[in-house]
Amino acid sequence: MSTSAGATGEALAPRELTLRIWRGDAKGGGLVDYTVEAQDGEVVLDVVHRVQATLAGDLAVRWNCKAGKCGSCSAELDGRPRLMCLARLSTFERGVPIVITPLRTFPVIRDLVTDVSFNYRKAEQVPAFQPSADQPVAPFRMAQVDVERSQEMRKCIECWLCQDTCHVIRDHDDNKPAFSGPRFFARYAELDMHPNDGLDRRRLMQEERGLGLCNITKCCTEVCPEGIKITDNAIIPMKERVVDVCYDPVRLLRRRRARG
Amino acid sequence: MSASHERRSYDVVVIGAGGSGLRAAIAAHEAGARTAVVCKSLLGKAHTVMAEGGIAAAMGNLYPEDNWKVHFRDTMRGGKLLNHWRMAELHAKEAPERVWELESWGALFDRTADGLISQRDFGGHRYARLAHVGDRTGLEMIRTLQQRTVSLGIDVLMECTVTDLLRDGDRIAGAFAYWRESGRFVVLEAPAVVLATGGIGKSWKVTSNSWEYTGDGHALALRAGAALLNMEFVQFHPTGMVWPPSVRGILVTESVRGDGGVLRNSEGRRFMFDYIPEFFKAETADSEAEADRWYDDKRNNRRPPELLPRDEVARAINNEIKEGRGSPHGGVFLDIASRRSPDYVRKRLPSMYHQFKELAEVDITAEPMEIGPTCHYVMGGVEVDPDTAASRVPGLYAAGEVAGGMHGANRLGGNSLGDLLVFGKRAGEAAAAHASALGSARPAVADAEVDAAALGALAPFDTEGGENPYSIHHELQEAMQDLVGIIRREHEMQIALKTIHDLSERSKTVSVEGNRQYNPGWNLALDLRNMLLVSEAVALAALERKESRGGHTRDDYPMTDHDFWGKRNVIVEQLPDGGLGIRHQPLPEPPPELAELLEGDH
Amino acid sequence: MAAPTEAAPAGPQERPRAAIEARTLRRDQWWRAPAVSAVVIGAFVVYATIAALWNADYYYEPYISPFYSPCLVAGCHLSSESYTHLRVNVPHLSVLGYWWVVSPAILILVFPLGFRLTCYYYRRTYYRSFWRSPPACAVAEPHRRYSGETRFPLVLQNVHRYFFYAGLVFNAILTYDAVVAFRNHQGQWGHVGVGTFVLLINAALLWCYSLGCHSCRHLVGGRLKHFSRHPVRFKLWGVASWFNARHMQFAWASLVWVALTDLYVRLAASGTIHGAWV
Repeated sequence: MSTSAGATGEALAPRELTLRIWRGDAKGGGLVDYTVEAQDGEVVLDVVHRVQATLAGDLAVRWNCKAGKCGSCSAELDGRPRLMCLARLSTFERGVPIVITPLRTFPVIRDLVTDVSFNYRKAEQVPAFQPSADQPVAPFRMAQVDVERSQEMRKCIECWLCQDTCHVIRDHDDNKPAFSGPRFFARYAELDMHPNDGLDRRRLMQEERGLGLCNITKCCTEVCPEGIKITDNAIIPMKERVVDVCYDPVRLLRRRRARG
Repeated sequence: MSASHERRSYDVVVIGAGGSGLRAAIAAHEAGARTAVVCKSLLGKAHTVMAEGGIAAAMGNLYPEDNWKVHFRDTMRGGKLLNHWRMAELHAKEAPERVWELESWGALFDRTADGLISQRDFGGHRYARLAHVGDRTGLEMIRTLQQRTVSLGIDVLMECTVTDLLRDGDRIAGAFAYWRESGRFVVLEAPAVVLATGGIGKSWKVTSNSWEYTGDGHALALRAGAALLNMEFVQFHPTGMVWPPSVRGILVTESVRGDGGVLRNSEGRRFMFDYIPEFFKAETADSEAEADRWYDDKRNNRRPPELLPRDEVARAINNEIKEGRGSPHGGVFLDIASRRSPDYVRKRLPSMYHQFKELAEVDITAEPMEIGPTCHYVMGGVEVDPDTAASRVPGLYAAGEVAGGMHGANRLGGNSLGDLLVFGKRAGEAAAAHASALGSARPAVADAEVDAAALGALAPFDTEGGENPYSIHHELQEAMQDLVGIIRREHEMQIALKTIHDLSERSKTVSVEGNRQYNPGWNLALDLRNMLLVSEAVALAALERKESRGGHTRDDYPMTDHDFWGKRNVIVEQLPDGGLGIRHQPLPEPPPELAELLEGDH
Repeated sequence: MAAPTEAAPAGPQERPRAAIEARTLRRDQWWRAPAVSAVVIGAFVVYATIAALWNADYYYEPYISPFYSPCLVAGCHLSSESYTHLRVNVPHLSVLGYWWVVSPAILILVFPLGFRLTCYYYRRTYYRSFWRSPPACAVAEPHRRYSGETRFPLVLQNVHRYFFYAGLVFNAILTYDAVVAFRNHQGQWGHVGVGTFVLLINAALLWCYSLGCHSCRHLVGGRLKHFSRHPVRFKLWGVASWFNARHMQFAWASLVWVALTDLYVRLAASGTIHGAWV
């Protein structure tokens, strides 16, 4: 009954596949070729595991669920940031080695494993959810339409591909201290749109978390394996919300008058 | 030698950063304990993220007649009455509070029309009871707990693996661990340790579990002198993916059936109607018409047989396949495409839609899925005191999947997430209280223990040209899958035990390449010790229990034996000589007012 | 939080990345999309500049080029070579009088061009195509320093919503132009020429583009915390979101069409095309 392409017996015949994997550590390294058997029904992570089990027992790679839910096996495949567990072999050109390199934006630990602690430091800086004065104690009453925007952001599996691809830090290490990155802009947006959150983080985002450094080139959205519209539904709405408090003279005036 | 290791001192060390570990850490921290969470992966990657369906909690948001008593009854009956009644009671009573607590920390569950937390149907639950977020509830839960943990400033030791518990006499004194990144050792001094390491599924070939599920906590507890309870009960989730081969075992959420999906064999028959056991006849629909009406009118119709407890469904599927009515790739069909609109499916089951599209090139809104049983959960675990989650080793606690008793012989879907929260909190609080009651009379970490632990951990580097740890792991998985799988036979389990012994011997000579820095071969070699020990415990317990019940089906003893086996737990513990011993222990009996709830047709 | 890095001997400074020399390892034709965008935008800029400076052939009864509407100078009908009768259809503001000699298009185009220049979609596109910041995802940009939209002049991108408001005014004017394109040169309803459709489509595309504007989406409802308390604005937000999801397509379509519209009127006004169908 399920006879879609790629699921037929013939297409699954094993074949030789070469992976060109970056191996090394902070001191240096380079691309090494490994040729193993593979079949079209498999994903890149399967083949990496085969290399590990047969040719290079100490090949370092992060992974957990192998089902696109945990966001651990992030790497760059043929130069594009992707999850190895969602990269089906049938989508690669046959006969050409697949180049696998570690995330480029973060320091390398070994082989395909990078030090992603940058992201955990940025997570620590997020002022946590704080219930509003209207409903300080759960259970809260919240309408489905009011939680949906934040729910989209909460689909994030923290694979850090958006952080990796963002040129603001990928190409400019010096921006790292001042820039939280797309994943955390989505987090701030999620909190700002939470129907029962009582904190205002808009000025903080603009002045200390580097929202203004983003030039909305949308690479974060392109690489998101969860299909979250980070740019359109988080970053730009937050830029607009920041304009409300920082750059819109009419609103600022109105606000001042309202206060007076 | 031991002086050269990094040392850290805490009141409470929690091993594992899934739902129960994080909840325990939060509780311990809030009780004033200096707390650390140690996890093998990065924070937020624990297996809890894989949970899809929801958190069972009798909040009564959709069915006001739901309450903890009904939930208690469902849990006990689903567990074939082998649950520790007190755990089931605490769980049913406290789960709603724990869910609301998540909401107050920022979790965003799907809502009812009134703006309350929406609840969904699941197998074995009388009412729609599962708080959920689409089909990614586990992710929501772990993210909420993770964010809470971080905002409280609790120490999280990421990519750090505990290899041994350290003791002072028979009391817990700390834990010995290595950093994956550097391979360096770290000694964690703590008078209280909470095990929250999850399950053991990586010893089977077809499993929904991630690489971390190597039974570390079970093995650590055994070696530290704790007892394991009812390890024979392993849940095979009825619906795992079967095709293509690389995704075999990946979970297909029960919500597919809760939201209207049905199981069919190659003849197109809804075969579950042929497998309704006596025990559940009264509450299960006996015609397709009634089953279909149930989705809209639960008061006047009985539930579809597809939503029987997981063990029943898994056995039925297994039988259909065995009798030649399976799908082309050795599963059966799970069909929601012909029963619900594509929009409905995409809205209710976005992750499943995505998963099949990405991994199998199957559009579940247009064609049926091929599914089959997959090793999913272990009901057995560390024997604990229900109220405090304390094991019999002073200072050692266990919560979540690593603890035993709560789920009896079979866990209901949705009860694991509640379990993590309820008993995680209790474990954290009890551990903090234990640490603070000690005052200055703290156990001390002995250098000799540390040295022994370090020596053991480095052993794989001392051998050259020895066994490949990946091969041993592979062989163990084959053995457990074939010989201690969903249907068990005495002689097969004896072969399994012998195989495990052989593999254990061979594992003493594994050798690994490279150095200690982020070396998965070495890491696996160390995990193997735990997998082998726990597999042996499972095989021993499964051999011992001569009946079929829940997650333990014996081909040679197909009946459930209420009078003998229904009144006892099987205990596995480590003997002084290092081998594993087995004994029976009476099952605690519920007080009359709770026993009453279990009887009759409510 | 104690990350494993603390166990490593490395100091507080950032540790090195994997040593990979190549600027990108992408093997697809990542340069194509930015190149195509650059060509189209470049062509538009060149065309628009010439058309705006031409200061003639922008009016052909009953059509006016969108580059020159509204009619700001007295006697803009005189721009047509083939027609000399008095303008009856197009609003005649003539705020500038006959003394104004520079092309009025320059005054007009500031607003729609400002709208597009500060548009989030166009920003993405020209940052990629022209500034190469970055040229494509995971392709290193050539600049050594980068400050994004935090400083002058790029911080001015934040005024986008005012250009959006101005854009609405122009949409209204061009819609009026399209409606009066159903009148003939004597002011009688019922005229339908190819130009009528050209103007009509132009106005429609501009509305589609404007309604999908990110600022619009924010202003009509996006800024609310509780949609459930503002059902009408929630509906509007839904509409804006629909257009927003197609903002890119409408941005290109309306850009190309507005140039074609000007070209059409220009061809008609200069007499290059003629006939009853025009």
